[in-house]
Amino acid sequence: MAIDNTYGQVSALPQRPYTRSELMVAAAAREISDGDVVFVGMRLPLLGFQLAKRTHAPNAVGVYELGIVRDSAAPEPILTMGDLPNLYRAQWLADTAEVMGLLQQGIVDVSFIGGAQVDRFGNLNTTYIGGPDNIEMRLPGSGGACDLASLAKRHIIIMAHEKRRFVPKVDYITSPGYGDGAGWRERVGLPRGGPSTVITTLGLMRFDPDSKEMILVSIHPGVTVDMVLDSTGWPLRTSPNVTQTPAPAAAELAMLRRFDPEGYWTGD
Amino acid sequence: MPTVKLLPLSEAVARFVPDGGSVAMGTALESLIPFAAGREIIRQRIRSLTLIGPISDILFDQIVGGGCVRKVRAAWAGNVITGSGYNFRRAVESRSIEVEDHSNLTIAMALRAGAMGVSFMPTRTALGSGLYDTNSSLKAITCPFSGDAVTAVAAITPDVAIVHVQRSDKYGNAHSWGNLGVTREACLASKHIILTAEEIVSPDVISSDPNRVVTPGFRVSAVAHAPWGAHPSPVPGYYNRDHQAFTDYQNESRTPEAFAAWRAHWVDSNSDYLSLLGEERVASLKLKMHALAETVDYGY
Repeated sequence: MAIDNTYGQVSALPQRPYTRSELMVAAAAREISDGDVVFVGMRLPLLGFQLAKRTHAPNAVGVYELGIVRDSAAPEPILTMGDLPNLYRAQWLADTAEVMGLLQQGIVDVSFIGGAQVDRFGNLNTTYIGGPDNIEMRLPGSGGACDLASLAKRHIIIMAHEKRRFVPKVDYITSPGYGDGAGWRERVGLPRGGPSTVITTLGLMRFDPDSKEMILVSIHPGVTVDMVLDSTGWPLRTSPNVTQTPAPAAAELAMLRRFDPEGYWTGD
Repeated sequence: MPTVKLLPLSEAVARFVPDGGSVAMGTALESLIPFAAGREIIRQRIRSLTLIGPISDILFDQIVGGGCVRKVRAAWAGNVITGSGYNFRRAVESRSIEVEDHSNLTIAMALRAGAMGVSFMPTRTALGSGLYDTNSSLKAITCPFSGDAVTAVAAITPDVAIVHVQRSDKYGNAHSWGNLGVTREACLASKHIILTAEEIVSPDVISSDPNRVVTPGFRVSAVAHAPWGAHPSPVPGYYNRDHQAFTDYQNESRTPEAFAAWRAHWVDSNSDYLSLLGEERVASLKLKMHALAETVDYGY
C-alpha cells in the first residue's frame, strides 16, 4: 500500500459505507469513559483513543508504552505511536519503566490489545502458534501486551474472528486472561484486572462474572449468531439478549476518516 | 581533559561489537532506532550476537537476516505496521536462533537491575503467563514484606548499548529528547556505549542543558556521526517516520531471496545511503513545522 507522508486535506469526504474496521474502532472508543486513564496499544486502538478523545471522552488521558502520556489527541494522523505528531505537546515524555509504573500501580482504567489466538477464558497468544516446543508459526511476541493484560484494571481485546484464532485453549499464554477460569488470576498472583470485552470482526464478547467464560453479547450488522458460532472453535455461550452492535455515527465516521485518511488501518 | 571519542561508525562497531557479544539496540522503541549501526553490523558480518531490546521494529529482523545473531532477548520482533518479521520468523521456526521472551516491562526491569547494580528487579507483570516457560530470567518469588507473589527479573548487563541521539559532543555527552523507552537503563547497564548522532555539536551546547543529557559522557566508549542514522524510524527534531520503507520491507524480507536483494541494495552496495534514498524522499520526511521549547535558566 502506498502511503504519502504528507497528509492531505480531508474536508471533502466521500459518502461511503463504513468498513468493518471502522465499526470495530467505534466500538473500542465506546469502551473508553470520560476521564479514563487509557493505555493505548498499537494499530486500531491508536484510532480508538483518538476517536474517544474527540467525541465523548475529552478528558481521557492516553498512556503509550514508549514513554508518552497525552491529554490531547495527536494533531495529525498517526500510523504508529512513535510518529512525531504523537509527541507534539504531549503531557509527558519519559521512559517505558515510568509509564509501566502507572500501570503497575493500578491507575490505568483500561487498555487495548490485539490478538492472534484467543481462548474461552480470554488468554491471548501472540508468540508461538503450536507452542514453544512444537512451533508452527512464530509471531512477534508480547511487546507490552503481557503487561497491559497483567496490570490494567481491565483490558479489551481486538482481533479477527476466525475459527483458527478462537481456540478452546491457546498454545501459549502471552497475555493472561482468566487462565483456566474463576480464581486463576488470584491464584497466580496477578494483582487485578482481566479482559472485559473482546471486539472482533463479527461481534462483541464479554465475560461471565462467575465462570469468567467468554459470552457473545452483540453481533455486528449483517452478522448472524450462527456465523459467530461457526467461527469459534468451542461451543461459545451466547447471552440471552444478543444485541446488534451500533453502526458508527456519521460524526464518528467523519472523525475517523480524518485520523486515517488513507484507510491504512480502517480500509476494507 | 576528557577523551575524544569520535570514531567512524565502521570503526566503532569493529571495536566494540565483537563476535559473540551482547548488544542492546532499539531502546527508544519505535523512534531513534540505530538502523545505520545495524547495517554496519551486517556489513561487517559479525556473528553469534545476542540482541537485547524491547521492540525494535524491523531492526532485529534485519540483523537476524544478516546471519549475525545467535539469541534474541526481547519483548517483540516484527514490523510494527505490517506484522511479521519474516527473517526472525524463519530463524525461530528453523531453530537457528534462541529466544528469551520478555515483555516491555520485564526487559525494562532487567536493564534497570543492570543499571542499578543489583541482581534482579521485582515486578507484578507476567505471573501465570507463558513467558515463564520461555524465559529463564523470570522467577516467581514471594515478597518478603507483603507476602505477595512477584516476578523477579534477572539483571541484563549487555556488552554494548548502541543508541541513536539527536546531538552529541565529541566526548560522548549527548542530548536526546522525545520518548526514551528503556534508553537510560540500557546505557547504564552496558559495559560500553556507542552513540550514533545526527549532529556533532560543541560541548557548550550540551552542557547548557544537562537535564537533557541521556547518559554521562564518561560512560560512553564511542561517538559516531551518523546523519539520518535512524531512518526509516523517526527522530524528534530531525525527520519523520518513513512509513513506506516499512511497508516495502514486508515484501523485501518475505523470502530469503528477496532479503538478499534488500541487503545487496541497502547494505552491501558502495553507494551512499542518502543517495540511495534520493533527494525527493529525504525532503518528504523533513519536519514540516518546528516547535521549539522555551529555554530554561541554569544560572546561579
